[in-house]
Amino acid sequence: MDVSSDLKKTPLHALNLSLGARMVPFAGYEMPVQYAAGVMKEHLHTRAAAGLFDVSHMGQVTVRARSGDNADAARALETLVPVDVLGLGEGRQRYALFTNDDGGILDDLMIANRGDHFYVVVNAACKEADFAHMQAKIGDTCELTLHDDRALVALQGPHAESVVAELWADISSMRFMDVRACDLHDADCIVSRSGYTGEDGFEISIPTNLAEAVCRRLLDHPDVLPIGLGARDSLRLEAGLCLYGNDIDTGTTPVEAALEWAMQKVRRKGGERAGGFPGADIILDQLENGTDRRRVGLKPEGRAPVRGGAVLATDAEGEDVVGTVTSGGFGPNADGPVAMGYVTKAASAPGTQLYAGVRGKFLPITVSALPFVKNTFKR
Amino acid sequence: MLKFTEEHEWLKIEAGVATVGITTHAAEQLGDLVFVELPEVGSTFEKGGDAATVESVKAASDVYCPLDGEIVEVNEAIVADPSLVNSDPQGAGWFFKLKLANAADADGLLDEAAYKELVG
Repeated sequence: MDVSSDLKKTPLHALNLSLGARMVPFAGYEMPVQYAAGVMKEHLHTRAAAGLFDVSHMGQVTVRARSGDNADAARALETLVPVDVLGLGEGRQRYALFTNDDGGILDDLMIANRGDHFYVVVNAACKEADFAHMQAKIGDTCELTLHDDRALVALQGPHAESVVAELWADISSMRFMDVRACDLHDADCIVSRSGYTGEDGFEISIPTNLAEAVCRRLLDHPDVLPIGLGARDSLRLEAGLCLYGNDIDTGTTPVEAALEWAMQKVRRKGGERAGGFPGADIILDQLENGTDRRRVGLKPEGRAPVRGGAVLATDAEGEDVVGTVTSGGFGPNADGPVAMGYVTKAASAPGTQLYAGVRGKFLPITVSALPFVKNTFKR
Repeated sequence: MLKFTEEHEWLKIEAGVATVGITTHAAEQLGDLVFVELPEVGSTFEKGGDAATVESVKAASDVYCPLDGEIVEVNEAIVADPSLVNSDPQGAGWFFKLKLANAADADGLLDEAAYKELVG
């Protein structure tokens, strides 16, 4: 039986296969985990030049106020996220979180103000549930569309700007988190200066029928290599970025996850539009009083990677358990293993020496500041 | 005598001692290795026991002991430089030498032709 037939394919599936991708099931899609170069080279190339990622499995949703006033769409979105959407200027994008009534995280997402509507990008594994959640909560005031007519790619790395400039357009005036319409290769694209690697770069939404042509042009550039999900994961881990389902989920709150920076003052206690999102009581209280546990960076002392699920203890015998690793692996640019996880408040200060359970042994690991590599966003 | 297992290990057997490593196919499937943990010299394993661990950027995998025996030597070079396993899996990237408990056990393993058929 061919189980792969149940998996969805992105508009770049044929291109991925032609590039020698090793395909794996991911969030209901058949996705490239690595290409011919392999995870290590792909990772290092992205930080040295530019990498192209197929992220078409992610959900692209447009949110349009039925009233025709985009501020009404902003107000509607603010009932779902603890984030300042009304204050988000036209052509700007912001990181956000869908929360639930317990203060847990349903998904993390990007929200962009496109002038006459909002454009939202959500995780692949959550997109159907997110869309249903949005329909149920704000469908009366907003027209919502989940776009399967657009591909999404990310071009990441220090050469991303010059590659786009050489091929199509000077977008050097864009700053980190700017969003604009762009005519690339005669394709009507939406370009944001953002990504998931800690590098400068762009995410590019492309009409499905032109996605392969745009990507082939990018890949013809000598600075650009295709990058799979394997390196995407090691890049985001070095950059200290959360993976939904691993590092954040319905069992973690934004404050426990150390994502306070995503919640602007206007939505906090004393702010003009304080609260008004699911779980606000719990989350706003935690913002003032802290939480019993916290997401932290973790640096194993030896060479052995410490993976998600490893138990963290204060002693080398592993008796005094204070937390769990949620993501861990090898950081090619960090040149060693890197991890993140949740620990008790008492164990959360950078420099705290802990021990991680790996194959029956407890190996020394140190709580450390995130990210593991300096980000290079063009702010 | 060169033998293979269905778990993608190779054994080069001389005078009752097998030099053991992972096959080129296995190394390609695992991708770039970043960490290798080897057994201690003098330890004994049964066939199928977890003798070594390899980690790629993405995941950890066990290397099973292909036959009953005692570890008599390990290749520290691959601990210092795990990429040796990727660059020369069936040569300089060997893992350990196993003194076979029963040399005749090797007869049950795959020969090169049978292994090649297995991995296609």
